[in-house]
Amino acid sequence: MKAASDRIAERILLAVACTAILCLLVIAAFIFKEGIPFLLKVGPRDFLFSSDWRPDAGSYGIFPMIASSLWVTFGALAIGAPLGISGAIFLAEFSPPAVVQVVKPAIELLAGIPSVVFGFIGVMVLAPFIRRVAGGPGLSVLAAAIVLGVMILPTVMSISIDALRAVPQSFREGAFALGATRWQAVRMVVLKAARSGLLAGTILGMGRAIGETMAVIMVAGNSVKMPASPLDSARTLTANIALEMGYATGLHRQALFATGIVLFVVIMILNASAMAALKRKGAARR
Amino acid sequence: MNAHKLSQRVAVALLGGATLLTLAAVAFVIFFVLEKGLSQVNLEFLLSKPRDMGKEGGIFPAIAGTLFLSLLAIAAALPLGVGTAVYLAEYTRENGFTRALRFGTDCLAGIPSIIFGLFGYIFFVTTLRMGWSLLAGALTLAIMVLPTIIRSSEEAIRSVPESWREVSLSVGATRWETVRKVVLPSALPGIVTGVMLSFGRSIGETAAVIFTAGSSFRMPRGVFDSVRTMAVHFYILAREGISTEKAYGTAAVLVMSVLAVNVLTYWLMHRFIARRAR
Amino acid sequence: MSRMLPRARPRSWRVPVFIAVACGLLAGSCADRASSVTLAGSTAFQPFAEKLADAYDAAHPEIDVTVQGGGSAVGISAAINGAAQIGMADLVELPPDAKIPTAFVVARDGIAVIVNPANGIADLTMARIRDIYAGAIRNWKDLGGPDRLITVVSRESGSGTRSSFETILGRFDLADSAIIQDSNGTVRATVADDAGAIGYLSYGLVSDAIKAVKVDGLPCTTELILAGKYRLVRPIYFLCMGEPSPAAKGFIDYVLGPAGQASIEADGLLPATTSRGAR
Repeated sequence: MKAASDRIAERILLAVACTAILCLLVIAAFIFKEGIPFLLKVGPRDFLFSSDWRPDAGSYGIFPMIASSLWVTFGALAIGAPLGISGAIFLAEFSPPAVVQVVKPAIELLAGIPSVVFGFIGVMVLAPFIRRVAGGPGLSVLAAAIVLGVMILPTVMSISIDALRAVPQSFREGAFALGATRWQAVRMVVLKAARSGLLAGTILGMGRAIGETMAVIMVAGNSVKMPASPLDSARTLTANIALEMGYATGLHRQALFATGIVLFVVIMILNASAMAALKRKGAARR
Repeated sequence: MNAHKLSQRVAVALLGGATLLTLAAVAFVIFFVLEKGLSQVNLEFLLSKPRDMGKEGGIFPAIAGTLFLSLLAIAAALPLGVGTAVYLAEYTRENGFTRALRFGTDCLAGIPSIIFGLFGYIFFVTTLRMGWSLLAGALTLAIMVLPTIIRSSEEAIRSVPESWREVSLSVGATRWETVRKVVLPSALPGIVTGVMLSFGRSIGETAAVIFTAGSSFRMPRGVFDSVRTMAVHFYILAREGISTEKAYGTAAVLVMSVLAVNVLTYWLMHRFIARRAR
Repeated sequence: MSRMLPRARPRSWRVPVFIAVACGLLAGSCADRASSVTLAGSTAFQPFAEKLADAYDAAHPEIDVTVQGGGSAVGISAAINGAAQIGMADLVELPPDAKIPTAFVVARDGIAVIVNPANGIADLTMARIRDIYAGAIRNWKDLGGPDRLITVVSRESGSGTRSSFETILGRFDLADSAIIQDSNGTVRATVADDAGAIGYLSYGLVSDAIKAVKVDGLPCTTELILAGKYRLVRPIYFLCMGEPSPAAKGFIDYVLGPAGQASIEADGLLPATTSRGAR
């Protein structure tokens, strides 16, 4: 009787997993179904490498947007990942539990603040600051990178803390028994053991940064020109889609879905390299 | 030995500095919003309907709309996400299929919310004729947060020590009982982290919500009614320049609600852990 | 042995409660659709439409008026595909592929050209404005102002305000380096803070934070717009496929009537000339 209920449970879970994956597949299919005809018509080379985005005149070149998205995302990671992981290490390994109990929720609070609020603070405080200190319009790649970096901090830090906590205490004790200081234990043992979790946090943070739309629209300036420096205004792929989607019909709309495909492919490449890196350095835990 | 102690001190100082910097960012954002918005927040603001295009009155319909939408979305995504994670982690062996699945999930976590919004608009609102509605918005949000819940639940489930499962199986429990009574309870903190991150994201989500749940400022009476969430309301007020004070007031309420939700969840978790310890 | 394991008693109340809540939600959803009107489209007009809907609702509680945003183009497509009974669009001319049979002008709005208060320039010709926006003039000193780069601020291409602005000025290609913002409020905030910026927005939103310049010697005022002299003006349309339903017609009549027009005027827009154009 127990075996039967066990098998039923397994079947139900399989159905659940299939439904979830089906949902995800439907979205992917939807994007591709709308975007592929466009790529076949206009050709990927013109689309990806031309810098001329003028839908009214029939030219759809998104090279500046690709560059802007990459600049902004890596800038955000440069800020968010080190801060997030460092903070996670400090909280998980070097702080008394009472401190963590207070600090972790405080940082997770940041995750609940809507992106439009970040965007608005960026417009009101950060962009003018950049304009006064460094010049340029203020609404720039740098502003977007800082805002996004702060926005992905809670994601990276939360998941990193959980990953570090999941490393069994015996690992640390083994290192201590060999005479290591706490920092040496962390550096040489814990970090390696928690690596997949830390990477998961960073990847999810990166995913959030690439996909962020509202905050970026408000602070990046959205000009269609190729940004020549971090102080230049720029338009990311997501901003391009959001700004024009309500307006676009026909080929123009398909172009925006094709942009979605590009985003999808970029994310796939990033994730694939992350997974390859994991495989090279250590075996999966199961 | 001294060199090691010294490098430890330096490392701790740097790590602590990073933490302080993060906390400073959190504090800045929160205090900025509260300083500008708290003066607007009183009982009337919270409980009354808006008047005069949002320049007067309160934001009660937006508060209700936010709650309904987020709760419905999590209610849809949670069983789906945790179930999938359990299946992937407990019932399958690590093979190409599961790796591909995890890879696909990660990719979908990166799809911009605007695309989900458009998918929701074209599929739920137009094709399925749900109209701009709570249901369309909740289903869209549920699909959006699904990858996060699956990923963090799976991570949490995998981190339960193998020995615990072995002990459970060795006393005669079935796999499902082991999952239900041993694995899930101890993976709960990690699962809750994922759920809270998703809840936070769904509260703040604007682009997907505007296209699917719409922006009607009435009290919703059923799942086919359109709702306006606080985030959408803030966006509309701020961007059209109608009332910056009310906008900040809305943002302040948003921030305080998230704080309340976080506190509540941690308290619930503590009770759960304490009850299990008995 | 399973019979001896205690059942988890607290769980048993959850399922019935859940089912009850679900039924309640679904029951409340079976609303009567015939007496509901949905408007969608222009975000500039959305707050006004909401206020009008509230007032109309107070007088006619049996009719349910819901207002959505999305932008002028969403208004047009929602009216076409039926997601909304009335589409709202603030465009100077409706695009040719918007085959909307019935269009009502419900209001008019002036577009003010704005610069930072610290900018000495007080008057610009339409030709000069077009040159600035096309990128031909890049520095304020070429216009007699200080030596400062011009930061051109415009709206997204789906904005009714932008297409009206560009149509009236004469078609041109917007400079590549122009900053694009997605709302009147953020345009205003950008211009208010950047000494070299120039932008345009609904004239009802001009505040002390920015300065409206004269266009061809004329300031943006209600009198000059009504007199037809200030040329940066656009109408706000209500669009319906075919004849509006009785509920929709009731609302449109209210908006075009004295109470509706007074409400519109009180909040900074201009009354419509009641013209009904059949297309």
